[in-house]
Amino acid sequence: MAEKIGLYFDESSLGGFLDLEKIAESVKNKWGDLCAVIETHPRLASADGKAKIQAALDAGTIDAVCVCGPTPRVDWEFFDFGENVLVDRVNLREQCVLSYLDPDGRELVLGQTPEALHAMALDYVNMGVVKLQKATVPEAEIVESVKTILVLGGGWTGLTSALDAAKAGHDVVLVEKEAALGGAAAKMYKTIPLAHPYEKAHPTGVEDKIAAVQADERITVFTSAKLTSLSGMPGKFEAVVSVNKEEQTLPIGSVIIATGWTAGSNEYLKPLGYGTLKNVVTAAEFEAMAKAGRIARPTDGETPEKVMFLLGFGDSLLPFAEAEKAAAENPEEPVKSDDDEEVVKDNFHAVKTYRHLPYTSELASVTALKQANYLQEFCPQGQSYIVYEHMMVPGVNELYYKAAQDNPGVMLTKGFVVGVRDGGSGDVVVNIKDSLLGENIEIKADMVVLPTAMVPTTAQDSVLKLQYRQGQAFPDLELFDGFADSNYICFPYETRRTGIYAAGCVRQPMTLATAEVDAAGAALKAVQCLESSNRGMAVHPRSGDRSYPRFNLLRCTQCKRCTEECPFGALDEDEKGNPVPNVSRCRRCGTCMGACPERVIFFDDYNVDQIGSMIKQIDVPDEIEEGGPRFLILACENDAYPALDMAAIRGKKWSPYVRIIPVRCLGSVNSIWIADAMSKGNDGCLLLGCKYGEDYQCHFVKGSELCNRRMDNIGETLGKLGIETERVQQMQVAIDEYDKVPGMIDEFVAKITELGPNPFKGY
Amino acid sequence: MSNNSILVIGGGFSGITAALEAAEVGHEVYLVEKAPFLGGRVMQLNKYFPKLCPPSCGLEIQFQRIKKNPNVKFFTMAEVAAVSGEAGSYEVTVKIKPRHTAPNNVDYSKLAESLTGETENAFEFGLASRKPLYVDVPFAFPSRYALDGSALSDSDRAKLSADETIDLEEQEKEITLSVGSIVVATGWKPYDVTKLTNLGAGEITNCISNMQMERLASANGPTSGHILRPSDGKPPKRVAFVQCAGSRDENHLGYCSYICCMASLKQAVYMREQYPDAEVVVYYIDLRTPGRYDKFAEKVLADDKLKAVKGKVAEVARDKASEDVWLTVEDAIEGNKSKERFDMVVLATGMQPSLAGTPLPLDVEMDEEGFIIGGEDKGIFAAGCAKQPLDVMKSAQSGTGAAMKAVQTVRRR
Repeated sequence: MAEKIGLYFDESSLGGFLDLEKIAESVKNKWGDLCAVIETHPRLASADGKAKIQAALDAGTIDAVCVCGPTPRVDWEFFDFGENVLVDRVNLREQCVLSYLDPDGRELVLGQTPEALHAMALDYVNMGVVKLQKATVPEAEIVESVKTILVLGGGWTGLTSALDAAKAGHDVVLVEKEAALGGAAAKMYKTIPLAHPYEKAHPTGVEDKIAAVQADERITVFTSAKLTSLSGMPGKFEAVVSVNKEEQTLPIGSVIIATGWTAGSNEYLKPLGYGTLKNVVTAAEFEAMAKAGRIARPTDGETPEKVMFLLGFGDSLLPFAEAEKAAAENPEEPVKSDDDEEVVKDNFHAVKTYRHLPYTSELASVTALKQANYLQEFCPQGQSYIVYEHMMVPGVNELYYKAAQDNPGVMLTKGFVVGVRDGGSGDVVVNIKDSLLGENIEIKADMVVLPTAMVPTTAQDSVLKLQYRQGQAFPDLELFDGFADSNYICFPYETRRTGIYAAGCVRQPMTLATAEVDAAGAALKAVQCLESSNRGMAVHPRSGDRSYPRFNLLRCTQCKRCTEECPFGALDEDEKGNPVPNVSRCRRCGTCMGACPERVIFFDDYNVDQIGSMIKQIDVPDEIEEGGPRFLILACENDAYPALDMAAIRGKKWSPYVRIIPVRCLGSVNSIWIADAMSKGNDGCLLLGCKYGEDYQCHFVKGSELCNRRMDNIGETLGKLGIETERVQQMQVAIDEYDKVPGMIDEFVAKITELGPNPFKGY
Repeated sequence: MSNNSILVIGGGFSGITAALEAAEVGHEVYLVEKAPFLGGRVMQLNKYFPKLCPPSCGLEIQFQRIKKNPNVKFFTMAEVAAVSGEAGSYEVTVKIKPRHTAPNNVDYSKLAESLTGETENAFEFGLASRKPLYVDVPFAFPSRYALDGSALSDSDRAKLSADETIDLEEQEKEITLSVGSIVVATGWKPYDVTKLTNLGAGEITNCISNMQMERLASANGPTSGHILRPSDGKPPKRVAFVQCAGSRDENHLGYCSYICCMASLKQAVYMREQYPDAEVVVYYIDLRTPGRYDKFAEKVLADDKLKAVKGKVAEVARDKASEDVWLTVEDAIEGNKSKERFDMVVLATGMQPSLAGTPLPLDVEMDEEGFIIGGEDKGIFAAGCAKQPLDVMKSAQSGTGAAMKAVQTVRRR
């Protein structure tokens, strides 16, 4: 808790538009000894400015620093006084002076401070002081981490991850469900080229990886093994692995899920002749024949001469698409279960969709090119046809495509299938609409090869068997049709379960070359997570944060809101229903704090009392006519807040009657803050947060969405108090909507002002 | 002596990712960026596909991570001049160009505005000019102006020398870094359109590149996000996208640039959202929308005002009177050759590795196109588009993977 605050004003960034002496005088009168130093410096972000502050800290005159000047988003290094000194930055430049919109339309004049601007600056400074007063330097909770990494899946990706983690100095436990290592790669005859010049398919080399894993003394391999339970938290997981039906309990630091894929259901291939015509096979079946050393037609065992690889599906998937669309529009009533009392729910929903087939387009294309080129190895006079709509070979694989075209034994036709029928004696006649010639052609082939869809293992099973209160599987996998992928383009490894990173085809369909890079990346994240836990620090996106939610359980009413809402499943429950925190699962968003009706949850440097006290610093005039209305804005610090800064830098201005407080995430907004603001007479409250829904942009996944859900309750509370519900609103703002956000604020202000004053004003 | 530190060359998305991921494991990382700001190519993009979310959103998090992590030390306006040593112990000479401005954040906006010098704004691909004292990127990090001495007028010079925070005499500096491993994340540059002689060679005003389209659509771009024809500032009603402008072409770039199909579909969405009556035609060889992007492609292509035509654009010509653009199109499916008139044409220009023609002073193997294909045995790892054409998500993957290799290299010794 800050007891002697040094309050420093930076003149250089405030441009002489504020009466700093008058502010200092008010602050001194209000806070007395709490503000041990109040100083104005011509250029605070300078060696001299920093030295002055450091000297006051060294002398013990102050124990915390409050810098009033530009946005906290700049000059962070100038105002860092070590991890034990609390610093707050009051944004008087961007979000006060630069964005000041005079109510009477006057331009700001140097040396003359309009009353509304002074009132705003003073509120912000008071907020800065109380923010420090209500904060303490966070003390890290260190999780003494087990350094062993669990790799699920012993295929190409899992083997690579295991080797990478071991090379970085970690012990690895590799769990493979089959009796042998190698996964899908071991079933491949050859792979498309993995390196420059990307011209020729070659053996995968998976045997070398297997040998390297087996020879590595850091790696323990369990085959015919299955994870049956995973409990605990990063640095301190406990995995139960069943090996040949015997259970072993293993201490684990972090987890890589590389459980790969299985071949998709063949029902989607039926319209293409699979199942009715025996010589229509899948790419996986064809590969198995090549691996076995002989391509043989299922009907007669003969080696085919003419083989067609069919990639152009035409409309054949349409009926499935329509059926799925119809099913999505009329969902079946969910079966009500009465297992609410169970501590661990099964949150897993299997995903079955035709979409896995088109998602596999890249692999289907390169595999067809590869297999079309094999054919002559088994049948020298063989002729392959590839029928495709879009040859899906992005990036460097174009080079392989080019090389494959040079083979006279491979013919490529752009087109799509309109019919497949029996051509007698096992032959298959494929009717193709040739896109280039514009006419229908018929090709009689000895054999037709259809793509194999890759269905992620996570679409079929919870895999992780998490003993978490929110369930055994990664949540929301439906978003990605079962793939254990990240919804963040920038952060492909972020999952909703801290310390568990997906790699390879369980995440996205990918080639061996891509999977190799992916495996290394996931291994790095796994190492990073357990080492961060060991330092008592958060991982992405608040990397390095030492604060964490603490619980004052004496007041807990076991309402379970926090345990249900945590986007990362960080909280379990004890038998009484109390939350059981798992600090290293936590990402420090504060959603639990926002959820708690009893204000049980707090961070050392971010808590309900602190923000509530800041809100109380808004000096609300008793009458709108005398000093204007007041509005509280709670803005997401990651997106809305920078957007407001940017708006100000671009010369945009907004109502001087709003007061902006940044929050970690809208998920952390506790409704008591809004109730406080409204009962103090503020006329409205605007919550600015990230987009939610399918393409959510919230860095904490669910924060803005949960906040929106809580708005119903807030509305109810307001209704009971006789306050119009529209006085409190949430709006979605992306970081690049800086040109729009001032207008959103002003529109809100205008609408609420029309309603008249908050009935509580003046009480 | 072996060294635990890691050097990352290039401060774009791959480089930032590699640097942060290694630093958050606990290693000291030096990040060297040529431009005055971190962020690289993605800063020039309006939105990412397929989510249509703004790149600055992820960059803001990355910059916060850098601010909070003392392990990351970054240098802007800096280039690697020399490298000696071997895996585990490299000596790297870095040259840092003078920025001439205060080491802290100073709001020079009014001063910059008052200068008379003006120069082409490379960030806007020639669609705008800028002052010599500038911050040309959104959400600039570091948030400090840069001064381009070459663009100053005499009166500017006099004015600036009166400002005590500006040092016109600041000289280039040289520093030496000791590192154990190097990640090369030098990224890509748009393929030079002047080489595409059949596609207008960059001389037709309303035939722009896809990167110029990103700038036109960006709120902080030259038109504040309104897509307008460069010739007359009018909203285009009919726009064509020409795919594989330079890519998949033996005479230009032999490979596929990975992102252009998705980028054009995304830009078609920009157009259609801004102009509900506008028509868009995309001319392609193959529409490459791999993996889960299929869902995005399906959604975008369902728009009946968007037509995707398999066909090659043989020629681009200017209509002198109207400044419209004529395309000579060989429709591969209909088999005919036709001339089509558009208000504006977007060339889906490909990505060329930044190192093509300007290699680093590093002993690593490169292919004929300028992509890095070796170096692993020397503790040097390429990440992102320095290695092969990739989209942002795969670049982030690649940056993280390269960080792992670099960490292994410095830990093993």
